[in-house]
Amino acid sequence: MSFIQRLPKRLFFLLIVKPVVYLLLGLNIYSLQRLPARGPAILAANHNSHLDTLVLMALYPLSQLHRVRPVAAADYFLRNRFTSWLSLNVIGIIPLNRQSQIDKDKVFDQCQQALANDEILLLFPEGSRGEAEQLQPLRKGIYHLARTHPGTTVTPIAMHGLGRALPKGESMLVPFNCDVVIGEALLPGEDSNVFMQQLQTSLEALLAACITRRDERWED
Amino acid sequence: MDLGLPFMLDLTANALVAMLVVLAMLVVASITQWRLRSRLSPEAHLELKQRINSWWIMVAVVFTALMIGQTASLIFFAILSFIALREIFSILPVRISDRRLILALYLMVPLQYYWIAKDWYGMFIVFIPVYLFLLIPFGLLILGETKGFIRAVGSYQWAIMTTVFAISHVAYLLMLPADQNASGGGVGLVLYLVFLTQFNDVAQYIWGKKFGERKIVPTISPNKTWAGFLGGIATTTLLGGLLAPWLTPMSFWQGLAAGLLIGCAGFVGDLTISAVKRDLRIKDTSQLIPGHGGILDRIDSLMYTAPLFFHFLFYTSY
Repeated sequence: MSFIQRLPKRLFFLLIVKPVVYLLLGLNIYSLQRLPARGPAILAANHNSHLDTLVLMALYPLSQLHRVRPVAAADYFLRNRFTSWLSLNVIGIIPLNRQSQIDKDKVFDQCQQALANDEILLLFPEGSRGEAEQLQPLRKGIYHLARTHPGTTVTPIAMHGLGRALPKGESMLVPFNCDVVIGEALLPGEDSNVFMQQLQTSLEALLAACITRRDERWED
Repeated sequence: MDLGLPFMLDLTANALVAMLVVLAMLVVASITQWRLRSRLSPEAHLELKQRINSWWIMVAVVFTALMIGQTASLIFFAILSFIALREIFSILPVRISDRRLILALYLMVPLQYYWIAKDWYGMFIVFIPVYLFLLIPFGLLILGETKGFIRAVGSYQWAIMTTVFAISHVAYLLMLPADQNASGGGVGLVLYLVFLTQFNDVAQYIWGKKFGERKIVPTISPNKTWAGFLGGIATTTLLGGLLAPWLTPMSFWQGLAAGLLIGCAGFVGDLTISAVKRDLRIKDTSQLIPGHGGILDRIDSLMYTAPLFFHFLFYTSY
């Protein structure tokens, strides 16, 4: 891709996404050095808000942004013509329609293609944004995807706080600090259950390190 | 003052010298850090380096705002209040249903600083403690959620009192009549308060490290000792007296009292945020400032020293 083609994405992140994420919201980032700089790699994050995608992409420097491909919900990111254009051409999402099986196969192919191009895939293995910032059961698709392309690592990332800044079904953004805790990269082995367990354990441990997540414990 | 620059600096000569002294202290700290690099463990050295580098950035930002002038300084303190308020809302167990009220409270930050810019002292002093005190529970009534109502009212009021009301007193120092403080000006007052508050933290830390044995409040902050507390306060009191005639309208003796007040209040402010963190079981209030933690970790003492110093000064000298 040429410089000119990358320009809209860079400008969008420089002028809108980064200011919103870093100035209006504010991030507590832990272990940024663990973020993979090159593909093939998968970022596996928990999902609380539509902002998750943009926040994770904002962690990357502008010069590396073109390598990051988020898989994002079609019903939100393609909801009208303007956001479709923005999502597909500027952000560069792989749209996922969660209802249709045909679409899932197509998405899987697109993801494989991205990994083959040494890109960094951004996935939310919970499948859907959970209720009240609780970790939902993880889906196995991520394992199969990572196994299709040898050497693909999976980096677990826990996020917390965005569910308060922009919860499901809300359009009003309220500033809150958000935690982004990056874990050690995992290399999926022969057994899918072992890998899924590792991912689950890692995400839970990372979530426990979030400083904005104290609601339940405050009670006792 | 006119230094022959293409713009005018809104500073007295003493305030400028005070800034240069602070910069010189940072140079000494950086050189010391560099010379200690082989004697400390890599982690300890990295932390020290991050801490000192963060001091450079904080001092650069504050001094730049103060040098540009009153409006820039008010905007700076308003942003500081906003970041601190956001930080406290982020660690408190805020109910999702209160998001609208939280947004409204953020919008009160520019309003509080607008009263200051207008030099409307009466409104500045009652807006948060009286009007918002009554409006916050009213806002929560409109939102209609009664579960956790008392805790929400209390914690939101406390959050805005500490991060906005208290911190805005630093900014109001800039509005006090300049002709009554020809030597330091408004900037001199801010430098006196902020420097002594931060210096007190460092002095308590150093005295505690060198001579500390008996713990003073083991259940809240196990690192605080009697030696640190008393040594820090003595140093701050003395420095408060010495700096007062140079930067403020106070005499040496009044400065001693102001220094004592800043030393004690700073200690209590520090402990208060420590207790909040203990309650929430967190170590830092955010990751904003490398080596320090969050903004609240840095301005915890200032939340207590600012209003107390302001009213002491207002009563004795204006």
